[in-house]
Amino acid sequence: MKWLGSSKRWWVVFLAPSFLLLLVFTVLPIGVAGVLSFFEWDLLTDPEFVGIANFVEISRDERFLDALGHTLTFIVGYVPVVTVVGLVLAVFLKRASRAAGALRVVFFMPVVSAWVAVALIWKWMLNSRFGIVNWMLGLIGIEGPAWLFERGWAMVAVIMASVWKDAGFVMLLFVAGLQAVSPEYIEAAVVDGANAWQAFWKVTFPLLTPTVFLVLIILLINSFQVFEQVWILTEAGPVDSTTVVVEQIVRNAFTFGRMGYAAAMSWVLFAVIFVVTVAQNRLQKRWVHYA
Amino acid sequence: MTTQLRIRGHRPSLSRRLGWVVLGVFALSMIVPFAWTLSTSLQARESLLRIPPELIPQDPGFDSYRRLTEVMPFGRIVLNSVVVAVVITSLQVLTSAMAGYGLARFEFRGRQAMFMLYLGTLMVPFQVTVVPLFIGMSRIGWVNTLQALIVPSIASAFGVFLFRQYFMQMPMEMEEAAAIDGAGPWRTFWRIAFPFARPAAATHGLLAFMAAWNAYLWPLFIARDEQAMTLPVGLAALHGRFQTDWNVVMAGSVVAVLPVIVVFIAIQKHISEGLLLGGGK
Repeated sequence: MKWLGSSKRWWVVFLAPSFLLLLVFTVLPIGVAGVLSFFEWDLLTDPEFVGIANFVEISRDERFLDALGHTLTFIVGYVPVVTVVGLVLAVFLKRASRAAGALRVVFFMPVVSAWVAVALIWKWMLNSRFGIVNWMLGLIGIEGPAWLFERGWAMVAVIMASVWKDAGFVMLLFVAGLQAVSPEYIEAAVVDGANAWQAFWKVTFPLLTPTVFLVLIILLINSFQVFEQVWILTEAGPVDSTTVVVEQIVRNAFTFGRMGYAAAMSWVLFAVIFVVTVAQNRLQKRWVHYA
Repeated sequence: MTTQLRIRGHRPSLSRRLGWVVLGVFALSMIVPFAWTLSTSLQARESLLRIPPELIPQDPGFDSYRRLTEVMPFGRIVLNSVVVAVVITSLQVLTSAMAGYGLARFEFRGRQAMFMLYLGTLMVPFQVTVVPLFIGMSRIGWVNTLQALIVPSIASAFGVFLFRQYFMQMPMEMEEAAAIDGAGPWRTFWRIAFPFARPAAATHGLLAFMAAWNAYLWPLFIARDEQAMTLPVGLAALHGRFQTDWNVVMAGSVVAVLPVIVVFIAIQKHISEGLLLGGGK
């Protein structure tokens, strides 16, 4: 880092564009949201300072608490399934062969697609009368439910679509993790008489726990922010049974014009994500093995 | 003992074969929705209501795509999406590469604090900034403009992080040689460091393009008029208006999804390399 010794001030030139934009369009709004959460403001009249009233209201707001509950239900259903599917895919597709590479591309296609389009595709596929899903279920003698219009099934549909979209992303993270595991360890285990199953759980998996940790951190942060799939696919229905936190933020800001209340909700969401992430970090000592 | 050995010998191959079957089912379940989308978009509305569904359209046509342009200024919406995604991607890659280089190669007071601030913002969900951004944009009269979609997305904390890591692990000899030859930091960066960071640029370029092209929450707030609308918002509006014309909605989905998949397939060779470099260390 010494070669620039004579031109030290240049760091300003390199950092200025990015850093100033970050300050104005990210750091400042985060601060403003914090201040705003102590106000009631409909953008038409003057903002009114209300102290912690917004946060008190949130703690009693049944819609918000419902939304938080549904978000947790979503997480409990989605995170384990997408993690296992992504891991299975990675175990089979980690090799460098051309077929594995082509399949990896196939599994990554939903990842690069827009959520709005994916949600609409699933909405059409899950159409109870003319959708392809219930038609295929019919072929094996099952009468499919009216997915998006039945309590319970609507959340299953949201989880299915989300797993479909994100499995390739999880796969990619695990492929990177698996490629870093030296094959010598596994060979040594096999020489000692372990079968493939044992070798995986006793040798590969412990070495893979840092990647599992990374995957869980990313998935949890993202899934607390679940929005598009609900907004488009189920439209929070039926009867609000799939309303989630971000959807409540959007509704309060947009439909009800309550900017301060929406900002307060967004800070609560941030706090929840922060606490969960810190807790995960604390707990990692118990199960993550760093080689 | 012998039976145990036999079981050991057989189990992997059996589970392996079972695994490939499962993998095949997974792969099919990835492809079928895309195929069904394409097939729907090529059908007439009447044939959508047929049971069993026409997996391969008997009388394919581009009527749904023509309808798209009739019911909304679809060309304009696609153009908006292209402009927004291309401008955001190029500016994000440039500013992030520069900032990453600044953090990796220069020593100055507050460097660590600055880096921590970048990392810190990564933890804050975007939803927190959305309400203040919206208020700010309406104050300066930028609602329903393309710049409102572009400007807040230029700085990328993740991009800066990615490029910083990349430059940190890149050997410095070339840059030192250029400095000895009398090139200043600016020329050294553009002539040597940036070209060598191509895997990082490809990785971040794809991620930025994807995020910009697919973005929905911020455009939903700020660009609901057709003049500034991008594809995801247009698609959602289309669905709102034509609930049952799934052929038209699926045609719109094809237009929204196809370009990113093409871009992805075109540069995926470069990104896997870049992703591994970024993710491994």
